[in-house]
Formats: sequence, C-alpha cells, structure tokens
Amino acid sequence: MTSFTRRDVLKASAAATVGAVAATPAMLHAARAWAADNQWTPEKGASLRLLRWKRFVQSEEEAFLATIDAFTKATGVQVRIDSEGFEDLRPKAAVAANIGSGPDIIWGIHADAHLYPDAMMDVSDVCEYLGGKYGGWYPAAETYGIRDGKWINLPVTISGNLINYRKSMVQKAGFDGIPESTEDFLKLMQNLKANGTPGSFALGNASGDGNAWTHWIVWSHGGQVVDKDNNVVLNSPETVAGLEYVKQLGETFAPGAASWLDGHNNKAFLQGDCSVTNNGISIYAAAVREGMTDIAEDMDHAFYPVGPAGKPTELHVCFPMMPYKHTKYPNAVKALLTFLMEKDQYDAFLQGSVGYLSHPLRAFKDHPVWTEDPKRTVFRDVAERTLTFSGDGSLGYAASSVFADFIVVNMVAEAATGAKSPKDAAADAHRRAERYYNV
Amino acid sequence: MAAASDLTRTEVGLFERLRNNRNFLGLLFMLPAGVLLLVFLTYPLFLGVWLGLTDVKVGRPGRFIGLENYFWLFEDSVFWLSVFNTFLYTVVASIIKFVLGLWLAMILNNHIPFKAFIRAIVLMPFIVPTVLSALAFWWIYDSQDSVISWILIEMGLIDTTIDFLGQPNSARASVIAANIWRGIPFVAITLLAGLQTIPPSLHEAATIDGATDWQRFRHITFPLLTPIIAVVMTFSVLFTFTDFQLIWVMTRGGPINATHLMATLSYQRAIVGGSLGEGAAIATAMIPFLLSAILFSYFGLQRRKWQQGGRDD
Repeated sequence: MTSFTRRDVLKASAAATVGAVAATPAMLHAARAWAADNQWTPEKGASLRLLRWKRFVQSEEEAFLATIDAFTKATGVQVRIDSEGFEDLRPKAAVAANIGSGPDIIWGIHADAHLYPDAMMDVSDVCEYLGGKYGGWYPAAETYGIRDGKWINLPVTISGNLINYRKSMVQKAGFDGIPESTEDFLKLMQNLKANGTPGSFALGNASGDGNAWTHWIVWSHGGQVVDKDNNVVLNSPETVAGLEYVKQLGETFAPGAASWLDGHNNKAFLQGDCSVTNNGISIYAAAVREGMTDIAEDMDHAFYPVGPAGKPTELHVCFPMMPYKHTKYPNAVKALLTFLMEKDQYDAFLQGSVGYLSHPLRAFKDHPVWTEDPKRTVFRDVAERTLTFSGDGSLGYAASSVFADFIVVNMVAEAATGAKSPKDAAADAHRRAERYYNV
Repeated sequence: MAAASDLTRTEVGLFERLRNNRNFLGLLFMLPAGVLLLVFLTYPLFLGVWLGLTDVKVGRPGRFIGLENYFWLFEDSVFWLSVFNTFLYTVVASIIKFVLGLWLAMILNNHIPFKAFIRAIVLMPFIVPTVLSALAFWWIYDSQDSVISWILIEMGLIDTTIDFLGQPNSARASVIAANIWRGIPFVAITLLAGLQTIPPSLHEAATIDGATDWQRFRHITFPLLTPIIAVVMTFSVLFTFTDFQLIWVMTRGGPINATHLMATLSYQRAIVGGSLGEGAAIATAMIPFLLSAILFSYFGLQRRKWQQGGRDD
C-alpha cells in the first residue's frame, strides 16, 4: 500500500463526497465505438454497484469517474460508485461474500478474493481476452488473479513501494545512487549515519511501508514464511541471516523509527530528516505538489538492493477488482471490467495515477507517464518485479492472517531494535506463523 | 350517581384493568429498554462468547472448536504481553486519574473567579472526540517534531529529540499520559457533583470543633464521597480497560506490541487479520477482569446499606 501523509488523508476525507465527473466528447466517442464491438452485451436494464477504496490522488479518481460516466453513456448501464477506507472495505467485502448480497464489484486490496473464492464470478474469459490483447499479464498478476485454474478477480493495478532517497546525501556518503547489493546498501546506511544524515525504515505496525521493506529483508536473504506446500519454514538459517543483517541496518536508523507508522517516513523525509526510506511515489508527489522543489529535485527512487538470494525480492501491493457471483448482471460486470482495462481508458487511468499505480499488463509499459518524469520510471516495473505477499506459498487465509498480524514486521523489528536476538525472533515468529497455517 | 359508578365498575374490561395495573404498566414501560438491551447488548455479548469458541473467519462460517482459541492464546506471548499492558495501563492510569481528578474537583469546589467558565474548560479533553485528541498526542509525541522535545531543546535541557513512542517503556508511559489527560475531566466533574452534595454545615461544625483541613477531608469529605467515587472509578476503570482509539491512532500496538491492549489486539486479529474467532476469544477474556472490577466496586466500595438497597441506620 502506498503510504499517505496526514495531509493526504485529510484531503481525501474532505472530498469524500465527490460529484460525478463527466466524460469528454472524445472519451464518449471511443466508448461508443468500444460498446459496438463489445462481446459481453450488458443485460437489459442492468445497473451495477461498485465499492472501491478511497483514492490516493484526485486525478486518478477523476479519471476513474469520467471513465465510468463514459461507460454508462455508451452502454446505458448505471454504475453507482461508493468508496471506503481499506480498513472498512475489507470486512465489507468479506460480508458481501458471506451473505451473497451487496456490491456487484468491489475494488479491494491484496488477495481477498482468495479468502472466499466460491463467492467470486469466473472472469477467465475477460482476463484471457485482455491478456491476449495487451501482451500478457505479469506473473504476480496471474498469481493474484487465478485460483485453481480460473480467474476469480481482475488485478487492475499494482502500487509500487520502492527506495526513496536524497541524491546529495547519498553522494556525500560515497555512492552514486542506491547500491545494487544489500552488502553495499548497509555500507551506505552506515556512512549516512556517520554523516549525520541517517536513513530510516518504519518499524512500527505500518501495514504498507512496514510490510514492504521487512518482507524484502527476509526474502532477499533467501528466507520464506512458508515453502510451496505451505509448510512453515520461517525459522531457517536464511531468515536468521536476514535478521542479523537488519540488526546492523537498524543501528543506522534515526531514533524513533521503532514507532513509525505509514505516514511518519513521508513527513521525516519531506522535512529533510531522513535521507533514505521506502515508500510509494507519494513523498515525491507531495514535494512537487507543495512546491518543495529543493526536496523534489534532490530526491529519486530506486529498486531495493538484491541480497544473497540473487534476484529482486520486492513486495508491491495489488488492488484487484473482485466480481461477485451474486450479481444479477454478470455480462454488465464483465463489460465494465473489460472497458476499464481497454487501452483508451487504462491510459487515462495511468496518466491520472501519476506513478502511484502501475499496469499489470505488459503492453502499457510504453505509456508516457513512466518517462515524462524520469523519477517515475522505476515504478513502471513494479508489477513485473513484485512477489506476492504469500511468498512461495499459496494465497489464502493463512497467508492473509500472517500478513495482517504483522508477524514478519514484528520479527524484523525485534531484531532491528535488539529487543530479541535474531534466532529468538525467528523462532517466535515461526511459532506464530504455524498457528495460522496449521489449522 | 352511585348506581352509575357501580355500573361502570362491572363493565371494566381486561384492557381497562391492565391499564390501571401498576405491575403491568411497569413491565410495559420497561419493555422497550429491555428489548434494546437484549438486542444490542445481550445478543452481541453471547454471540461474541460463542464466536470465541469457533474458528470463524471474516467471510467464512466457522465450526465449534471448544477452548482451542484459549489454549492457543494461553501460549501466545503477544497475548500475555497485551494482558500485562492492559493491566499496567488500567491500574496506573486509573490511580493517577483518581488522584488528580479528586484534587481538581476540590479546587473547582472552592469559590474561584469565572467558576462556570473554568469548569467548562476543564471538560474540554472529554468533549474532544478521542480520535482527534489521539491525533494531537500523536504529534506531541512525534519522533521528530514533538513540541515537548522542541521546548526542552530550546531551553537547552536536552540535545536530541525524545523518542516517546519508539521505546517500549516510554511508549507505554506516553499512551498512559494521553489516557490520563483524556480521563481526568470525567472523574473531576463527577466528583465535583458529589462534593456539592456535602452539606456545608458539616464542615462548619467540624471547623468550630477545631478540625484541620486534612481531618475535615479525611472524616467528612472522603466518607461522604465514597458512593460517588465507587461509581466514578468503576466507569473509569471500565473505560480505561477497554480503551482502543488512543492506542490504535498513536501506535497501532507497536513498537513490537509494547502498547497492544487486549482491545487493540482483538481488533487486529479479528477485523484486520480476519480471525474473528480468535479476536472474539481475546475480547471474551476481558470479561472476567471487567466483572471482577465491577464486583469489587459494588461490594468493596459501596459498604453502606442504602447503596445496596437497604436503609442506613
């Protein structure tokens, strides 16, 4: 999840009641042309309810609402849009699945469709059509989308969470940019600390940033919560090696990181108190929006360094659309899902998302949003690079619960702050994870 | 006239008799409240206890698993940490709230200028929505921008910012302080109401007899205040024990679960994590503690007969 600052939250809630945004004539024209060829003709008199998460950026929501407006005008299907914060959205999605009634589509987070796959509609035809037309899905998108050979939800977008850094401070610490290996990265962090410009990562129960970087720590050293048969293997020499590493890394953090939640690193970074952290593109977007040009110009984004595992081990967040089987208008649902992902509409969505959200389909790699500002470019590849939060294991209840219970976050925090030895931290976390997997 | 009234008496129907039956009316008037209690309190309570005995997940019906959730929690170090935190939080915060609240109430009970205005101001922390005050404290305790750190640095007393929420013990102290700030007005204003029921003549008589301030407090104010104290502290303990918002906004239970209360852990496991059964078990585990707090205050503190329905001698 991209972390948002307090200001973003306030702005989002202030504008929670958005008016409808009308489609432009060009969009309408394209929509009508699309509707004429659409293979999933909506049922007569169909109307849909779509529940989505509260937006990160206004321009994304505007693009989305305009697209919905074009869909309604081209197909005659009324679509009611409601939005909720994530913490309210997820229980609602579960309840809708449980009682078989509620919104027709929920635009949710993570792999919630895998918690109640039987409540989901089979949208394999839509996803296979889109994959065929747009160069194929990235592997992580397929993992999130498919269960038992069927597409049960549509991974609309992946939100990137990468290293954010101050160029001048990193240069002063003797590096041109973020090093590619974890070993050099530790040296960089140590130099930064020595220079009085420390970097820091959130060690509190930060569901977005905290989960992202702590999973990287474990995975980059070859650790995993479970193997591919869902046996808990967390307490391994690889995990302990990762925790030994983070113990050294934690010594370089600024004081206070142990209490950091998702918004803290944004604020510290924007104030110039943090030279390196992990985040979505929101820090940069805020710096640009608020006219903090000194920070905006001096910062950049980079991939996470690669550790002993020898390959990128990043965790970015999927936001899938979950189509519910209980809908009365399955064709209208399929039509809407397809329409949102078609080039005209998806281009506008990417443009409006200004780097916060990226594409799960390969064909959108060339979208100008990724190159018109070079600082966004690394976010282009997040869907290609990301692993799913279940790691080697499968998505489902156990993986979701382990993730939500901050088991990896707390394990890494215990080692990083010295509250427990790496061995003890791994052993305790292993026990907690087993509880969820051995049901 | 007399004949007419005899006539009506014989014609009184069932409805008319019920309408004048005090017992029936009493029941009838209590019925809405009873239904509300049943539907909104009793049913959810028993549902919660039941859920704690199942492995129900959000969105998936569970099956009965007996006490398995409790056995698991019994071995869960995070759960025991949250129990410890909850007790620490409740005991420390309640005692300080009581002492400071009583003190404040006694000050406010004196004749001071702008009395009404000051009493209104004192209520402020209680009026402000908890989430807002939690956000304010979140800033006060910020690791970089804390106003407390800033003042102390400007005064030259410290060199670096204080890491309020980053270390387990300072995080615990910080959230307790925020809870105390929020809870004092309730204690103070309620005790103030109690103080005002104490007849001044008792104090006058004691003063004439040469009692000191402390003796008057010890032998007049405090004994007459105990019934109110019992009620106030029962509520205060219950509110503190079940606190959720302050913690959730400021720390989410971190760092490393150092500030997780049973309520926040229950929410994290049940709603965020989806393990409704286990979360319900944690919530149910709070009930014995809450019950004993209530029983203690009713039978321990309310020792006078009239408080238990009898007459004072």
